Amino acid sequence: MEDMYRMDKAMNAQQDTKISARNVNVYYGDKHAIKDVSVEIADKTVTAFIGPSGCGKSTFLRCINRMNDTIDIARVTGNILIDGEDITDPRVDPVQLRAKVGMVFQKPNPFPKSIYDNVAYGPKIHGLARNKSDLDEIVERALRRGAIWDEVKDRLLEPGTGLSGGQQQRLCIARAVATEPEVLLMDEPCSALDPIATAQVEELIDELRQSYSVVIVTHSMQQAARVSQKTAFFHLGNMVEYGVTDKIFTNPEDPRTESYISGRIG
Amino acid sequence: MTKSLYTEDARTKRRNAAERRFKAYGAIAIGIAMVALVILLTSVVSQGIGAFRQTYITIDVPLPEAKLDKSGTRDMAVMSKVTTIGYAPLLRDGLVNAIAEAGIQTDLSDKEIGDLISKEAPATVRDRVLANPDLIGGTDRFTLLADGRIDGYFKGRVTMASAALDKNTSPGKLELADKLRDAGIMNVKFNWAFLTAPDASDQRPEAAGLGVAILGSLYMMIVVLVLALPIGVAASIYLEEFAPKNRWTDVIEVNIANLAAVPSIVYGILGLAIFINFMQFNQSSPLVGGMVLALMTLPTIIISTRAALKAVPPSIRDAALGVGASKMQSVFHHVLPLAAPGILTGTIIGLAQALGETAPLLLIGMVAFVRDYPEAYSSATGLFGDPSTALPVQIYNWTQRADPAFVERAQGAIITLLVFLLVMNTVAIILRRRFERRW
Repeated sequence: MEDMYRMDKAMNAQQDTKISARNVNVYYGDKHAIKDVSVEIADKTVTAFIGPSGCGKSTFLRCINRMNDTIDIARVTGNILIDGEDITDPRVDPVQLRAKVGMVFQKPNPFPKSIYDNVAYGPKIHGLARNKSDLDEIVERALRRGAIWDEVKDRLLEPGTGLSGGQQQRLCIARAVATEPEVLLMDEPCSALDPIATAQVEELIDELRQSYSVVIVTHSMQQAARVSQKTAFFHLGNMVEYGVTDKIFTNPEDPRTESYISGRIG
Repeated sequence: MTKSLYTEDARTKRRNAAERRFKAYGAIAIGIAMVALVILLTSVVSQGIGAFRQTYITIDVPLPEAKLDKSGTRDMAVMSKVTTIGYAPLLRDGLVNAIAEAGIQTDLSDKEIGDLISKEAPATVRDRVLANPDLIGGTDRFTLLADGRIDGYFKGRVTMASAALDKNTSPGKLELADKLRDAGIMNVKFNWAFLTAPDASDQRPEAAGLGVAILGSLYMMIVVLVLALPIGVAASIYLEEFAPKNRWTDVIEVNIANLAAVPSIVYGILGLAIFINFMQFNQSSPLVGGMVLALMTLPTIIISTRAALKAVPPSIRDAALGVGASKMQSVFHHVLPLAAPGILTGTIIGLAQALGETAPLLLIGMVAFVRDYPEAYSSATGLFGDPSTALPVQIYNWTQRADPAFVERAQGAIITLLVFLLVMNTVAIILRRRFERRW
């Protein structure tokens, strides 16, 4: 039943494309890190990128909010469309883009400020709050969405760096959703967390799917199977296979996908 | 046949011996450094501490109208015609009276008794009389500097044997000084004037102080801070966070590192050529001195600021950019506050370096003898334009003088300079502790 529901959901979502990448290539100096990747990512869906280390899945993720701009030697070609607008267009300001495309990083990286300031920073610089009570509301909503409100509501003014690893990561997720993005990129969000914190974050990701298009990079195939509706398999800079998660894991088309999933490569 | 873990095998023994040897070398190195430090400090303190104590004579000085104001009108123009030479006999009379009152026997002539009083003392009396003309006609109690030789006798610098060979003093005067001290007329007190008074001529080391030098050094530090900190921090932020990494930035980077190693006297020549000869700023002024020292400090500040910026974890920049902060917002809201302790420490260490620098100041004329306190601003010379001197230059200057009393003064000035440096470094450490944050 559950599977049927998921399939159904994935099929529906497919009609509603949020991100569409066309012939994306990324070079780090002489290294060709991403080779001609084209992919359509649906709205209100969790899309997982899996693959062995160094296969380019994080690099590709970082193209979607143009974080690769901050790396001097990185060069990106091709087009990435979000809602039909090409974000590689020189007219696009990466700052505006990143307000629309939030990101959660591999290692929890809260600012060395209070929990409140961590979440309030994004809304503040984007001018989302007119006054203090507005801001309080935004912070509370974001922390609730990050499933961490109950744990921190009594100590909002304590430093965010004093939380446990799992709490820090959920704080970072709360910080990312506070700016009301439409897409949420997650770069191995659970790799530094223990299984209990991982379960909490995964549960959270499933809830976030209601409002956002979530793209998650993960090393754990079980995680990809648990949280995502669609999965892309990357290998040596190529996107080998992309499709409905259950199909990728049960009946992959490409032999490379099959051998990775069964543990023979990677 | 397995070896027991209770006995070391030959290889382990060798390794452990090597480790013990290395630790011993380290301990010896630290020991040598500590001994050197202790020797330096004891030598400076034992020779210089005397500068902070000074012998004073407390006597009633008669201020007869006939000598000080012949007109009797208290007209400033008339009164100021009486120079310190006119005042000196009054001081001598005061001391002779005090000796007679205390019942001290001496076979010195009145003139010789007068030699016990510093040549600076008449000026002290004259200044007070001109400020309060009402004193004329009576007597007033003054605490006056004793002669440098007498002061040296109480501090052990001058002995009976050395006085016998000295044409500026004699054993008889020293004996009288002993009696005066026993009578409470002469005593040794803490010497505030050493920190506040201006320099004095070769004849009166007992009056020489660091006032002008401390003021000059303070002005220069202000100029250095105002120029070097913003320029240095702005340059570092640009180079570290914004500049493209290409051949030009490499060239700039190498040159900044080179500038940090340029001998300081070269900066002095540059200051002389550009600031004084070409731009026509005043010689010997704290403004020029400060600008030269700022140039010298810039590389230090840039290098330490860049190191502090580099030490901020890149994940913080990612986090800021990830929520849609611009490059500048991420730098100013997140990176800079985290780098602030490092920047402050670097700046204070740079300032401390500048405070102790002598060579470039010699070239821009700050070695001159200056008796007037420099003004921070005056309409004639502009901002920080008055001639001035600086602490390290004053030390250099005093060690050149013939009278050994000036050597004591120089050592005292070294103590003062070291205390300032110690305070600055302590502030640097406290600031770093206070603002350091963990992430």
